[in-house]
Amino acid sequence: MSRSTHYYTGSRDGKRPPSGDPLRKAKDRYDVVVVGSGLAGLTAANILGRAGHSVCVLEQHYNLGGMATWFKRRGGHVFDISLHGFPIGMQKTCRKYWGKSISDRIVQLEGVRFDNPQFQFDTTFTREDFTHKLVDVFGCNPATVESFYETLRAMNYYDDDGRTTAELFEEFFPGRNDVHRLLMEPISYANGSTLQDPAITYGIVFSNFMSKGVYTFTGGTDLLIRAMRDILARNGVDVFGRSQVDEITVEHGRVRGVRVGTREIRAETVISNAGLKATIERLVAPDHFDSAWLDAAKQTRLNCSSTQVYMGLGPGEDLPWIADLLFTSTRPEFDSASLADLHGQSRTFSFYYPKVRPGTGRHTVVSSMNANWSDWADLSESDYAAAKARLEEDTLRALEVHVPDIRSKLTHVESSTPRSFAFYTQHTQGASFGTKFEGLRYSMELPQQIEGLFHSGSVGIIMSGWLGAANYGAITANKVDARIDFLAAETVPTS
Amino acid sequence: MTHEEIVQAVKDIIHTIAPDEEIGGLNLTDPLRDQIELDSMDFLDIVMELRKRYGVQVPEEDYKELATLQGCADYLAPHLADHQLATSA
Ligand SMILES: Cc1cc2nc3c(=O)[nH]c(=O)nc-3n(C[C@H](O)[C@H](O)[C@H](O)COP(=O)(O)OP(=O)(O)OC[C@H]3O[C@@H](n4cnc5c(N)ncnc54)[C@H](O)[C@@H]3O)c2cc1C
Repeated sequence: MSRSTHYYTGSRDGKRPPSGDPLRKAKDRYDVVVVGSGLAGLTAANILGRAGHSVCVLEQHYNLGGMATWFKRRGGHVFDISLHGFPIGMQKTCRKYWGKSISDRIVQLEGVRFDNPQFQFDTTFTREDFTHKLVDVFGCNPATVESFYETLRAMNYYDDDGRTTAELFEEFFPGRNDVHRLLMEPISYANGSTLQDPAITYGIVFSNFMSKGVYTFTGGTDLLIRAMRDILARNGVDVFGRSQVDEITVEHGRVRGVRVGTREIRAETVISNAGLKATIERLVAPDHFDSAWLDAAKQTRLNCSSTQVYMGLGPGEDLPWIADLLFTSTRPEFDSASLADLHGQSRTFSFYYPKVRPGTGRHTVVSSMNANWSDWADLSESDYAAAKARLEEDTLRALEVHVPDIRSKLTHVESSTPRSFAFYTQHTQGASFGTKFEGLRYSMELPQQIEGLFHSGSVGIIMSGWLGAANYGAITANKVDARIDFLAAETVPTS
Repeated sequence: MTHEEIVQAVKDIIHTIAPDEEIGGLNLTDPLRDQIELDSMDFLDIVMELRKRYGVQVPEEDYKELATLQGCADYLAPHLADHQLATSA
């Protein structure tokens, strides 16, 4: 992170300066070093540790989880950052790569609601219900709806035809801005994509996400990450927080290890779960890359960042049932890019009822908006504070429409901005959801540039979110396992 | 391993990856994906288990050979001729 970046109250707390040597128990050499403890990094580490390899995870923050995180505030408040919901596939992914103790805690959200000038209704977020809404509420032709689904399902990573999502929508539902809103808004919030992104990213995500409901993790993000930490320990994975990797070291085109401050830890394989851009632009010295490849890779565009407002109800305060997830907007028409407007009119609310953390009886509300780094990056200290105050006030006003006496119930209100996300994860421009589609290619090609160096983490729109990141971790683990096997066969001839 | 044993080996692996799926009735010739819920991530896991249990490397371009149980047996036979069926974990 550049030294000229300044952080102000609200984006500074939560990171503690290291005391003692966080790496004192680290070995000097591992089969695999994983840089970053996001869900991709942790999942890859667990699979490889379970397979018997020596694995170490280095995370710059003191907490694990990356964006899959939470924080606590005085008064017993616990806020989740990215637990708004994920697709059903997470159940199977957790079952396979983490075990039943985790997958058994994944449950379906009970209510998802839309409230905007074009439509207001509850949905189960299932394929059946979307069909019902499209046909019976919007009056679309059932055959068109079916063929839209079929087109999406047939979409494959390998056959990008260059069509944008907007073009796809126009083909099936011409001029129906309301239909486009229903189909796009949840996905723009889930991965930062817009109508201008390739139709195939939309198709792949839609088929996973908008088909069998939205799911959450009972017990909260803190329980999830603690459980993962225990499982990693059982599988012999060494995990070190407060360990900032400053460099991925490379020798003769082959990865040699990582450098944390003055210490180098050697590894035949390094998996970078840091952002793709940080990996190629900051962690590896440029001369190790083919320069044409590097120039092209650097052109990769990022998805947007986020703002959030965290609202904690006092103990004993109740919240009427509204929904688990509420997509709201006062904009008359839909336009996916405007979801990221500074002080825009569209936001989601996640209502965390006590069922999320059974036994606590506590409620929190977290509102999220997409946001652009450029709107927040250069604000002076006082302008930044004023922009945050306005964000909190706008959010409370929007919430009052649904819970008129909300202000009297709250004992904590706080906000985060693209600057907060950049600070906590070191992602370039605070990107919440990795890169645009083209990033996937460069992420996958990294080992061809530097032998033994892999990237795993949110990229390409389709490999983002909890499920995308965890699955990409598994894909990378498979490649790394094959490499280790190959290296072993090279040195120890088999009979 | 005989063809039958290879089929058993693959079924054992599928059972550890998808413990909720009924694998007793799987036939040899229909794509596995049409018989039980297996997605592309599951195929990756099958490949990783084959490597772990039997030391077989299946390159990405050959994944398609594993679409049916018969395909698995034909493709894996030369690689597994000298191996014993692993007792499932
Ligand atoms: C506000 C918000 C809400 C979201 N809501 C949802 C949701 O409801 N559902 C959903 O599925 N997804 C959601 N997401 C997206 C999801 O959280 C992410 O896509 C996913 O968690 C990313 O995982 P990852 O493995 O790519 O890495 P990240 O979580 O980005 O983690 C990368 C890790 O690497 C560490 N790191 C970076 N550089 C270094 C270094 N040099 N040395 C050591 N460590 C380093 C970082 O500190 C971080 O811990 C949300 C994201 C945001 C920001």
